This record gives sequence, C-alpha cells and structure tokens, in this order.
Amino acid sequence: MTILSLKNVQKNFGETQIIRGVSLDIIEGEKHAIIGPNGAGKSTLFHLISGRYQLTSGNIRFKQDQIENLPPYEIARMGLARSFQVTNIFPRMNVFENVRCALLWSKGYRYSFWHLLGRQRELNDEAMHVLEQIGLKDKALFPSGELGYAQQRALELGIAIASGAQLIMLDEPVAGMSHSEAESSVQLIRKITEGKTLIMVEHDMNIVFDVADRISVLVYGEIIATDKPENIRANPKVQEAYLGEVPSA
Amino acid sequence: MAMLKKSAIWIAFAVTLVGMPQIFDSILAISILNQMAIAIVFALSYNMLLGQGGMLSFGHAVYFGLGGFLSVHALILIEFETMVFSILWIPLIGGLFGLLAGLFIGSFSTRKAGTVFAMISLGIGELIAASSLIFSSFFGGEAGISGDRTFGPTFFGVDFTQNIDIYYVATFWVFLATLFMYLFTQTPAGRMANAVRDNPERAEFIGYSARKVRFISFCASGLFAGVAGGLFALNYEFITEENLNAATSGRVLLMAYIGGLGYFIGPIIGAVILTLMNSLLSNYSELWMLYLGIMFLLTVMFLPRGFAGFIMMHQVAWVRGTLTLLIKPYIITGVPAILFSLTAILLIEMSHTEDEIFHFLGMALNTSSSVTWVVALILSGGTFFATRKSLGQLNEAWESANAISKDEQT
Repeated sequence: MTILSLKNVQKNFGETQIIRGVSLDIIEGEKHAIIGPNGAGKSTLFHLISGRYQLTSGNIRFKQDQIENLPPYEIARMGLARSFQVTNIFPRMNVFENVRCALLWSKGYRYSFWHLLGRQRELNDEAMHVLEQIGLKDKALFPSGELGYAQQRALELGIAIASGAQLIMLDEPVAGMSHSEAESSVQLIRKITEGKTLIMVEHDMNIVFDVADRISVLVYGEIIATDKPENIRANPKVQEAYLGEVPSA
Repeated sequence: MAMLKKSAIWIAFAVTLVGMPQIFDSILAISILNQMAIAIVFALSYNMLLGQGGMLSFGHAVYFGLGGFLSVHALILIEFETMVFSILWIPLIGGLFGLLAGLFIGSFSTRKAGTVFAMISLGIGELIAASSLIFSSFFGGEAGISGDRTFGPTFFGVDFTQNIDIYYVATFWVFLATLFMYLFTQTPAGRMANAVRDNPERAEFIGYSARKVRFISFCASGLFAGVAGGLFALNYEFITEENLNAATSGRVLLMAYIGGLGYFIGPIIGAVILTLMNSLLSNYSELWMLYLGIMFLLTVMFLPRGFAGFIMMHQVAWVRGTLTLLIKPYIITGVPAILFSLTAILLIEMSHTEDEIFHFLGMALNTSSSVTWVVALILSGGTFFATRKSLGQLNEAWESANAISKDEQT
C-alpha cells in the first residue's frame, strides 16, 4: 500500500530548477532513504512534502489526500511528522515542555485555553514515556537550549515522533555526530520508528545501507534510481553519478 | 505539595493586596496603591504579548485606552440611568471592549511576529490616537470625557465615593485578572504561545498555526488591558487621548521590561517600581523621567532579564546555601555604587537648578561656588572608580558561590 505518492513534482527558485519532476511512491511501513550528492535537492524535497515550500507544479498525495501546498500544520495534523537538518527545538522551554507541546494537537487539545496542562495526567505520562524512549527522562526539567548537541538531536527526534505520526521524515538525523553517538542514534531511530514509515535523508552510507529497505538516488533534482540497497550499489547510473565525488561517507 | 505551595503563594498575594491599605493608609498612599493596581494588570497583559508570545508591541495602550473610554461611557450611562448596574462590573465592560478591539486588530496584525508586528502596532497606535482627537463625540477631543462613579446601585451599602472603596474593587479585579493570566500560561494555548515565541516554524510542524496561536494571546492580552482601562476609568473618573497614545504604550513596555519579561512576576515588580517612581520621585525632581530613562538603559545593558531575573539569578546560590558568601561582596560594591549614584544625581540636579542654594540630603549647597562643583566632581569620580574596582571581587565571589562542586558533576 502506498502511503505517500509524488507525481512529477517540480520546484523552481526564480529561473533555477531545483526539483525537476520527481515521481516517487513510498510504501507503508518501509524505511526509505534518499541519497545524493550535495545540492541535489534532498532537503528541498523534504520541504516540499512537509509544506514548508510551495510546489511549482505536480501533486503529492498522503494516504487519501492531496497535500501539495497545504500549510505545514495541516499536513502535520494528518500524521506526517518531520525533523530538521539544523536542530529546531523550542530553546527557552524545558525538555519536557518541548515534547508535551509536540503531543498537544494529536491528543485533541487544539487551541484550548480551558484545560490546565498540569492536570492532564494521560498527556503528561505520555510525554514522560517519549522522554524515556529518547533517553532524556532525567533531563526533563533541563532548559532544552542548554543541552549538548547529541541530546538536542535526540530531542529533535522526540518532537518529531511524539505525536505518533505514521510517516516520519528525518533530515540527516546523525549529521555532525561522533561515530559512537551516531551508532546509538541509529538504534534510537530503529526503535522509535518501529511499525511506522520512515523517509530519511542521510549522507552516511553505512547507516543508509544498514537501515533502509529501499533507497532513492536524487541527482540534480531528478531521481535516477529507486531500488533495494544491493541493487542500488550495483546500479551503473548511480556509480556514474557518484564518480569523481566521494560517496560522501 | 506543589499544589499546596502554589495555593500558599496565591493566598499570600491576596493577603498582601488586602493588607496594603492597612499599613499605608494616607490619602497619597491609597492613590498610589490604586495606580499600582491598574499598572499591574496592564503590565501583565503586555507581558502576555512580549514575554510569553514574543510580540513586541508599541501600541498596547490602544486596548487599555479603548477599554477605559468605553468604561467612562458606561459610567455616564449609569449616571443617566440608561443602564442600571453596580459600577463594580465596569472593568468587565472595559475588558469586553479590549477583547473586541483585539479580535479586530489581531485578525490582521498577528500574521507575522518580529518587525512587521511591531510596525503594525506602532501604526495602529498612532492611528487610534489621532482619530481619538478627531472623533470628539466619542473621545471628547483633547479634554477627554469624564463620568461619575457614585451613581448606580450601591454594593452592600458601599457607594464608591472614597478612593479606598475603589482600591478594594481594584483588588478584586487585580486578583482575578492575575489569576486568570497565570492560568492562561498553564493551558495548551498559553504553552504554545511560548513555543511560537521560541520557534514559530517548528510550531507549525507539530500541528499549530503560529498565526492562530498569536491571535489567541493577542485577544487575551487585549481583554486584560481593557480590564486595566476599566479600573483606570473607575479610579480617575475621566480619560483622555493621553491614555491611549504612544507615551502610555511606551510606559507599559518599560514596566514589563524593567520588571523582567521572562518571569510571570516580572511585570508586577516593574509596575510597582515605575508607579513609585512616577508618583514619589516626581515630587522631588522634575528630572525623574531622565532617571527613569537611565534606569531603563542600565537594565537593558546589565540586567537583560529585569529585576525578576536579577532575583532569580540567585536561585542556584540559594539552593546551595552559598548565598551568604555574597553578602559582603555586595556591600563592598553596593556602598560606592550608591554613593556614585547620589553624587551623579547631585551633579545633574545642580546643573538643572536655577536656585543659588540647592538642598540635597539635608545639606544646603551653594551652586555658584566652584568649591561645591569640584568636591562633587571629585566625589563622583572617586566613587565611580571605587565601584569599578570593586567589581572584580564581586565577580570572584559570584563564581565561587555558583561554582559546581566536584560531587555535583555527573
């Protein structure tokens, strides 16, 4: 079953074509990696799917609904969550509040100004549960802006998965991490995306081939191949695209 | 336990409010207390925008003023018996009108935060202030409009002729407004206001429209500013264009900032300090606005989190029990700092006065004698350098009081 479907998606910035007609079907439950050289448009593609950028042309369908050009909050409410390449948290709030805010909409609180958060036991328990999953339970009351880098990345993940979205998009989740940090981060990603669909942009090929069920290769705004990892490795077009350039590992 | 502690704070707040006029019972004191009550609600409502929602407004007096104008009109209607209800409920009318104004203006001004919002607030502020002079049937032109609070049904025999009666009315509303503004911060809408302040983009990716979140805070803020305007109308029984113009908007910004934006209690502290300066200092010096300006500058430069932030800075030392380490260093820096402030004030006042003999701290100083000037200059220079020199030891003491001990490191 296809959960997300892109049809001939194009994005221009002024005269420059950044995404030149991407069509892609993501199957429910799969772990899908998008790789490609720098400047290929991977992050732009993420921004188009999640509603941060408007499409120049094309369609995007999430489950049954057309979502292209909807505002990000409406797409998020449908169950599509994402993280960011640059850490993107609520720095002046504590760790617990960060996660609790991420839970509010999916728990049905909307814009309520008549519920007192301190009294919402189920919500607070759930937020603590997420903190436990991402290993930040003992930092619950710590100002999130003062966490270390790896912990901020973990919180970034926590905010993305808190709402229980079915489709999770992670933009370079382990960029800038040490080897051991990256390793535990991958463990975490596996754990929290269990039973969910994952789309991930990542430069570290070891991680990509380790985690992904399928891989799409994006080169200059076009997908040149979508296949199982072993077939991608053997694909001559992919090898050609990466030739002369380190398959940035 | 936390519940108990919170209730204790609120009870203490209520007791303080009710107890103040028992301690300070002069006519002047009651009038100052009334001004404080109004300022507290107004400053707290402003902090809903700036401190909690990240919206810098230069036109918050609009909601205060419009609420106040409608309240005075309500007083007039009561006077002519067009409406019959106790004036106790006047702040509710102010609040309702503040809310309406917030709904209307917020519908377009909350689209963006930052500079765009600030400029729109400035524009709206000027627009309303200018139109208030033009539409004189509602606003009364430059003279403003006035009412009389002593009409209407009495409340258990109280006819509201005395300022102290108004103080208790204000106390009731201050307590209620403060409680509700605090509770608002504990709701999903209030918490998301913080989230949108911190990072509007990410807030949208967790399902919230940043604009709608801002809009809700904006309306709530307008409501409580209107309540403060209603209290103003009850206290002074008149209102003019001055109460909704940029100067009033600026004053509430100063109150919230000097008190401390990041803390719920900050604006309360700011409101108390500024009201005291406004009403007491202005008796002593024509230059009190200058001192207020200097205080604001110093706050921005050295205490960016305001007075409340300064107090909260000591939390770590307090928990560790190292606060006593700071007493002596504070005295060592504090004494020359206070002396410097006094001599600086003396110099400023001497340059300002036209009298031959200037009275300062019980001394009669001859302003035409160069000796007075030289001594004052030397004293201020000396105390300034003494203050600067003493900062080193204060810093050291601060470091050692807040240093993380070995066993606390994890």
